Amino acid sequence: MNRIRSPLYAMLLAAPTLALADSLSVEVEIPELQVAEYHRPYVAVWLEDSKGQHQLDLAVWYDHDMRNNEGNKWLKDLRLWWRRSGRSLDMPVDAFSGATRAPGMHAVSFEAEDQRLDRLSAGDYTLAVEAAREVGGREVVRVPIRWPASETTGYSASGSTELGAVAVTIKP
Amino acid sequence: MNVKTISTTLALVIGLASAASVHAHRAWMLPSATVLSGENAWVTVDGAVSNSLFYFEHHPLNLDKLEIRSPSGARVEAQNKASGKYRSMFDAELTEDGTYTFEIHNQGISGSYELDGKRHRWMGSADEVAGIPAAAESLRLSEIDRRMQVFVTKGAPTVDSFSPTGEGLELLPDTHPNDLFSGETTVFRFNLDGKPAEGLAVLLIRDGIRYRDQVEEIRLTTDAEGRVEVVWPEPGIYWLEAETEAPAKQLKNASRRLSYSATLEVLPL
Repeated sequence: MNRIRSPLYAMLLAAPTLALADSLSVEVEIPELQVAEYHRPYVAVWLEDSKGQHQLDLAVWYDHDMRNNEGNKWLKDLRLWWRRSGRSLDMPVDAFSGATRAPGMHAVSFEAEDQRLDRLSAGDYTLAVEAAREVGGREVVRVPIRWPASETTGYSASGSTELGAVAVTIKP
Repeated sequence: MNVKTISTTLALVIGLASAASVHAHRAWMLPSATVLSGENAWVTVDGAVSNSLFYFEHHPLNLDKLEIRSPSGARVEAQNKASGKYRSMFDAELTEDGTYTFEIHNQGISGSYELDGKRHRWMGSADEVAGIPAAAESLRLSEIDRRMQVFVTKGAPTVDSFSPTGEGLELLPDTHPNDLFSGETTVFRFNLDGKPAEGLAVLLIRDGIRYRDQVEEIRLTTDAEGRVEVVWPEPGIYWLEAETEAPAKQLKNASRRLSYSATLEVLPL
């Protein structure tokens, strides 16, 4: 985990600001894999508190638009997310459901005004990213973060098989 | 009738000692999945009686007494029932969200006797005992109560299909049996005829015996509240069995042999 201090920090602090909440952005890298049969992974991104209690789903990328919700059949393969949250949901949930992503970097952003962030009280959290791939493997990457931030703060971690870099940026 | 009652009594006293060693075989059901998502989910379940778990090598499981209860308590019909040389199977469609219970509950009287120098095995109800030939010798009978269960959950686990009947050995889901994870502590509670089963011997065996040298049984004993605690050493399919004996309810001077077994899936975190 790295902490990156923004050079903009001094400027931001100096300027008068009315922002009361922070924005949160997450970047998730889906690695390109040299395999005979490749299917885009199912990916879930969520926040846990410091005790591992599920707090907020940020993104679930899966086959969300198949006929008769047939893509839901494999949601349980995101088995940590399924246990923490998915099994109690009626998917798709518009707020965070989306299509599977191709290999590359993908961002999920929540603006400071986003009411979903209101329920996060100040404290330590873990951002969790779980990926499960059809006829492939599964991996969970965890990034400890502190919410909110007094200056632009970045955190990162990396997966080794099904996930690449995961970066979190919190801006006041 | 009188003669037979007396001989039953005598034989039972002699027969008690060997009763515990009779069954080396294990009966089990093996579901294709225990945790499911999606709208129209199906499971397919194998059933067999075998020595080693979970291999088909002895007998197919008799599915006559199979009962499937949905999360809301409705009866679900097993589909595509079939029986082969070593294995029986059936399918079930899971239309509701929650936990389904698949159960085979056998109650009755079993034993053996000799007639004209030949040994006969016998199974039936208490009423049918009178039908055993009067000339039978070395009659040995005991009451049996065997319950076998498998749990399968679509969506979030529920506990409504666990309502205890107060008969025989029953599992109470202090930890839900479809929420088992390697490295975590699970607590199961057992009732015997509706009361906490204290001192009950509980056995756990992980699948894949063929690929290791030792069976690696986990042996536990319930406390005064009928509870056992287990920390799962590895993910896998586990066979759980609890056995006990109690005085017979219907036969005189006989024992009642009770067992509970379940097939559990432990997932990696």
